[in-house]
Amino acid sequence: MKARPVVWLTWGALAFFMVNLVGIVGAVVTNSFAESWFGTWLPNGYTGKWYGEAWRDYRLLDVLTVTFQVAIAVVVISVLIGVPTAYALARRNFPGKKLLNVLFLLPILMPPMTYGIPLATVLYKFQLAGSMFGVIAANLVPAVPFVVLTMTPFIEQIDTKIESAARMCGANTFAIFTRVLAPLLVPGILAASILVLVRTVGMFELTFLTAGPTSQTLVVSLYEAMSSAGIRPQQMVDSMAVIYTGSMLVLLVIALRFVNPTQLVTRLKDTA
Amino acid sequence: MTATLEQPKASVRHRLAEKGVDRVLWLLVPGAVFVILLFVYPFLYGLQLSFQPKGGGNPFQNYITFFSDEYLAETVWITLRLGLPAALFNVLASIPIAFRMRGRFRGKRALTTLLVIPITLGTVLTAEGLLAFFGPTGWFNRIWLALGADEPAKLTHNYWGVLFSLIITGFPFAFLLTLSYLSGIDPTLEQAAATLGASRRQRFRTITMPLLAPGLAVTFCLSFVLAFSVFPSAVMVGNPAGETHVMSIAAYETALRDNDFAMGSAIAMLMALVMLIVIGVVLIWRTTLYRGATGGKG
Repeated sequence: MKARPVVWLTWGALAFFMVNLVGIVGAVVTNSFAESWFGTWLPNGYTGKWYGEAWRDYRLLDVLTVTFQVAIAVVVISVLIGVPTAYALARRNFPGKKLLNVLFLLPILMPPMTYGIPLATVLYKFQLAGSMFGVIAANLVPAVPFVVLTMTPFIEQIDTKIESAARMCGANTFAIFTRVLAPLLVPGILAASILVLVRTVGMFELTFLTAGPTSQTLVVSLYEAMSSAGIRPQQMVDSMAVIYTGSMLVLLVIALRFVNPTQLVTRLKDTA
Repeated sequence: MTATLEQPKASVRHRLAEKGVDRVLWLLVPGAVFVILLFVYPFLYGLQLSFQPKGGGNPFQNYITFFSDEYLAETVWITLRLGLPAALFNVLASIPIAFRMRGRFRGKRALTTLLVIPITLGTVLTAEGLLAFFGPTGWFNRIWLALGADEPAKLTHNYWGVLFSLIITGFPFAFLLTLSYLSGIDPTLEQAAATLGASRRQRFRTITMPLLAPGLAVTFCLSFVLAFSVFPSAVMVGNPAGETHVMSIAAYETALRDNDFAMGSAIAMLMALVMLIVIGVVLIWRTTLYRGATGGKG
């Protein structure tokens, strides 16, 4: 096949984008290892000490623990609420189903800031903001609809005859759920959980609006570190950012093993 | 359906079951309670709060203040001027790249992963990177000056920095969506057209594009939502008091810094309104498009 100008242009633009991206990431990684770096091509010397100082000064162990606790709580609760909802929405046609579908789509379509500010106001009114509870509750708002959205097509593709057969053999509803549906749904639940985990760890706005000093996740304390820099050297913020990106990268690689990104989005099409 | 298998004990229950109302719907209760308590209630609370201005008086005072204060009213245009080009660029740029990614070839998986990696960067690393790389003494400007420019290009702490940040974080999403819509189109349709003598351009214009357009509309909407809610990058790489004073910054500052929750809610409601208008226009346009089967797995 003869290479056409369009093809060359596409690859060229992509290469340009990639070079800039590598430069952007490279600049941060280089700086996080730099002794000092002012107005030269490369730093004067290299050191790993900033990672240790960032770890101590920003109390990253505590922050990571909070991040982990929040993320796990959000995943577990959103699956527990979302999967039964997705089941009912996938299997039944009832009056008012359209309305409920819209209600479960809106939190994903709305920018977090638009419902985050009223939500933070309500949480402050009931004195729940600033605690772990508030952060978890706020992060659940987009997480539960996300689980519903990803699980509904998963459940739709399971043949209803399997359930009917189980019922004929004398299984009650609880047994159908635990012995028949749950094993079939494990891949879907796993995929949804990992995506919710990635989204929660990366969710800035909602956590930022509701977190107090002891309930900050990694993204938020990273943002606070950057906006209150000045006393501490830039390299510490950069090494913290590298730690964040590293953990997100691990999560994403795990996620990509379980989820085929192109399939995932094709499913979105049916509901959107 | 399981509903027909249950022995109807009362005729009312039987008739309800025929409409799809039976005990399975109890499963909806936790989800419905959750969405009402944590999404609908706060939203309506914010809506009514926005009509109770801090100083009392005219219920529409917050909205009047917003539109009469030029500094606040301007945020709408600033946000749209960032969000629309960013979303448009991300969607348009992902079309040719997704086209190249169709079919099987060596290194496809690696390239896809490479394109998706920016998702992991997060806004802070992107911001730090943009400041360092595009800054006056950064690598980009060193090369730029070495190429013969008179003065360093000003690309940070202004509109461009935020736009770049939105492209870096938004492009992977747009690309993944476009790729999945594109791989949902059956390639045999194009092959059939080629057999009938359609040129590459004709095939693209009359076969692929009409099938892809509805998907692109959805991709645009989701990219726009992402770009529209820009907050951290507008503060860090932008000029949050001037050129990139976007709606989310205004909403955050009035609500949580100045403690005027009523005014903050009013801005948040206006944000939702502007976003719904844009998405509504795009989705109405989408209904005029062909929406039949695309022949593929999608």
